[in-house]
Amino acid sequence: MSSSLSVRSRAMLGAAVAALALAGCGKGGEPVAGAADAAQRVYVAPGQYDEFYFFTSGGFSGQLGVYGLPSGRLLKVLPVFSQNAENAYGYSEETKPMLNTSYGFVPWDDSHHPELSMTGGVPDGRWIFINGNNTPRVARIDLTDFTTAEIIEIPHSAGNHASPFVTENTEYSVAATRFSVPTPQADVPIASYKENFRGLLTFIKVDSATGRMKIAFQILMPGFNYDLSHSGKGPSREWSFFTSYNSEEASTLLEVNASQKDKDFIAAVHWTAAEQCVQDGKAKQVPARYAHNVMDPKSHVATSTIETSTTFLDARDCPGVVYYLPTPKSPHGVDVDPSGELIAAGGKLASVIPVHSFSKMLKAIEDKAFDGEVSGVPILKYDAVLAGEVKEPGLGPLHTEFDGKGNAYTSMFLSSEIVKWSLTDFTVLDRIPTYYSIGHLSIPGGDTKQPWGKYVVALNKITKDRYLPTGPELTQSAQLIDISGPKMQLLLDFPTIGEPHYAQAIPASLLTEKQIKTFDLATNADPYAALSESATGVTRSGRTVHVKMTSIRSHFMPDNIEGVQVGDSVYFHVTNLEQDWDVPHGFAITGLNNAELLIMPGETRTIVWVPSKVGVFPFYCTDFCSALHQEMQGWVRVSPRGSSVALVANKPAGQ
Amino acid sequence: MSRTTRVIVALAALAMAVVYVLPLWHIGLEAPQYPEGIGLYIAVDKIVGEKPQDLNSINGLNHYIGMKAIEPDDIPELRFMPKIIAGLIAAGILVAALGKRGLLAGYAVTLLLFSLAGLADFYKWSYDYGHNLDPHAAIKVPGMSYQPPLIGSKQILNFHATSWPASGGWVLIGAVGLIVALALLDYRRARVAAA
Repeated sequence: MSSSLSVRSRAMLGAAVAALALAGCGKGGEPVAGAADAAQRVYVAPGQYDEFYFFTSGGFSGQLGVYGLPSGRLLKVLPVFSQNAENAYGYSEETKPMLNTSYGFVPWDDSHHPELSMTGGVPDGRWIFINGNNTPRVARIDLTDFTTAEIIEIPHSAGNHASPFVTENTEYSVAATRFSVPTPQADVPIASYKENFRGLLTFIKVDSATGRMKIAFQILMPGFNYDLSHSGKGPSREWSFFTSYNSEEASTLLEVNASQKDKDFIAAVHWTAAEQCVQDGKAKQVPARYAHNVMDPKSHVATSTIETSTTFLDARDCPGVVYYLPTPKSPHGVDVDPSGELIAAGGKLASVIPVHSFSKMLKAIEDKAFDGEVSGVPILKYDAVLAGEVKEPGLGPLHTEFDGKGNAYTSMFLSSEIVKWSLTDFTVLDRIPTYYSIGHLSIPGGDTKQPWGKYVVALNKITKDRYLPTGPELTQSAQLIDISGPKMQLLLDFPTIGEPHYAQAIPASLLTEKQIKTFDLATNADPYAALSESATGVTRSGRTVHVKMTSIRSHFMPDNIEGVQVGDSVYFHVTNLEQDWDVPHGFAITGLNNAELLIMPGETRTIVWVPSKVGVFPFYCTDFCSALHQEMQGWVRVSPRGSSVALVANKPAGQ
Repeated sequence: MSRTTRVIVALAALAMAVVYVLPLWHIGLEAPQYPEGIGLYIAVDKIVGEKPQDLNSINGLNHYIGMKAIEPDDIPELRFMPKIIAGLIAAGILVAALGKRGLLAGYAVTLLLFSLAGLADFYKWSYDYGHNLDPHAAIKVPGMSYQPPLIGSKQILNFHATSWPASGGWVLIGAVGLIVALALLDYRRARVAAA
């Protein structure tokens, strides 16, 4: 059985390569809706709003893309894990702590999976979470102002890929080890993998009122690669599911060595049982070092705290917390249908899509229908948990989303298509090509209890000839497909930032009403804020100069500063006094070895300038703010070190 | 004065008290940069933005043309107006209680004069703000003044300005109108009776 399957897989892989080559030849025969009809269905008239916000992971950009659907218009690139020179995120003194880690300042990450907070299994529009894969982190973004509110590092983990999927009421966001490592880290031979390397499934508690995150417990697992996750819902709401591959525990050339076994596993974690286990004292506190970075909502100043302890739960010490569901061929995605009963796995090298049954899983646990165990984790019998298999779905199934009307949609990486299948009888109903090599796919609410099953968006890995060429580095892309009828119809291609891994959409009406237009100046608690022009001024302490400055259309106060010396660290604390919608001001000065500030109304932002030359240097507003924006400028006089020029700044008239 | 007239006069006078809660007047501004609009409410004792920050924003915009900042503390009318209104309400109740025809006529005339004086005062202030400009202003358009319309609408540079009674103002107008109408009616009835 095992050898015949793998022979078959290989044959299909060959066919897939041929299919890819063919797909490159021409674009005839696409099931595109009539062009005029499709154009009308994605057309959002000038001044009108899109129906959905669409959040795409920025992939290797480390950020979060915000688009509108159905137009595919880019609304914002929201900085999360990477420095963003255009608004000084990660450069300004207030935001630098957000990118602090136990490895020091890490200015970049690889962001994969946006996950909207949920209440009762449906998105509530409060926060969106996203994982940093490279230096394991989870970020929480506040959807009232679209800024990164919090980033927590995941201790003892590596390759935080199966993250940050949330439970039904956002009790937890999860994280897991894709690249098992010595746990805790140690100087050991790589060849000692089986002996020393472990995986961790991390549960991050999310405070229901504030959203604040806290590492609750980490479950110590065999050293497989924990790849993706989804939490259960409805009847399965107390469970989280994680796919794993490399159950071979290979430590070199994984592409072959981790593809040997016929089946790998989905780890089913009963998180309420894990909570009980922690309460029963079966967990242990383990030393750790990880950063917890929080943006204060009042001062808009971030602080980074290094935490020093974490809670480990060994799966062996807590029977009943984790079970393995055998799943064919290095499964990637694991997706739970809206009812919470069916669990679809994307075995990326498998020739079927296995669908597990939650109720059968509970029965198998009750009946002890085990097929051995790995390090104390019981393996359930495949046939005892299987609800059915989707036969000949295509090649390279990765991810599945649901339309809430009894259908599932699975992305096929190798055959580059989306396959629609029935949750009732597991038969294939329709298929549509994607251009090219789809990874994730996204239906608004498609992984929740109540999908808005109108569109599916294909998130592709390759674009080749789809857009005007831009040298070797091409745009990334998404494709909007209508799924309201029996046949899928391609409506629109649109380019995206970074690499769009996963994406999630939410009806715009859930967010538009609560958007903050300006920050309240009166409650600005930045310690260096100047809440009026009369509160501005310059002070020196040793080689450090603090400039408390304000900006309002169309001037800075002060705009003449003298007495700065070469080599000083000049802290420009600029408060935007505006309380009017859409009036940010910028700040930049010649030779600033840093980034410009972009300051929202009511906010204070600080940038440090170390002048290296004697002279008089202009600063100016970089955001065209008003009719007299071009006049919004000032000068700083820089004198040689040790100069007797006094530190002074001009004051508002009448002072 | 008939019993009905007296009750209505008393109620109309009492209704004027809504101006302590509802604004008298609204000045609205729309421009390409302000599709959402920006505006002021003038109440009996204060001037506030239509949205919490609108007064600040309007003052910020007005500094380009050299208009003085609108500082409610600088406008003494906002301090004594509530007392005048209280006096008018008390007078109305007194007129209704005494029920004398001549008093009603006098009260109606007083209210009309008060209304005209209020409008004239509003005009005076808006004229001052619109014409008395800082000679060093950034934007100077020869011959241009920035007085909002007394009532109605007007284009001022890139802004479309409107000026209309607000909810409290409409109640006041209704109450005054009612009392004046009753006084006229009462006067006619008296003439018919006399003839």
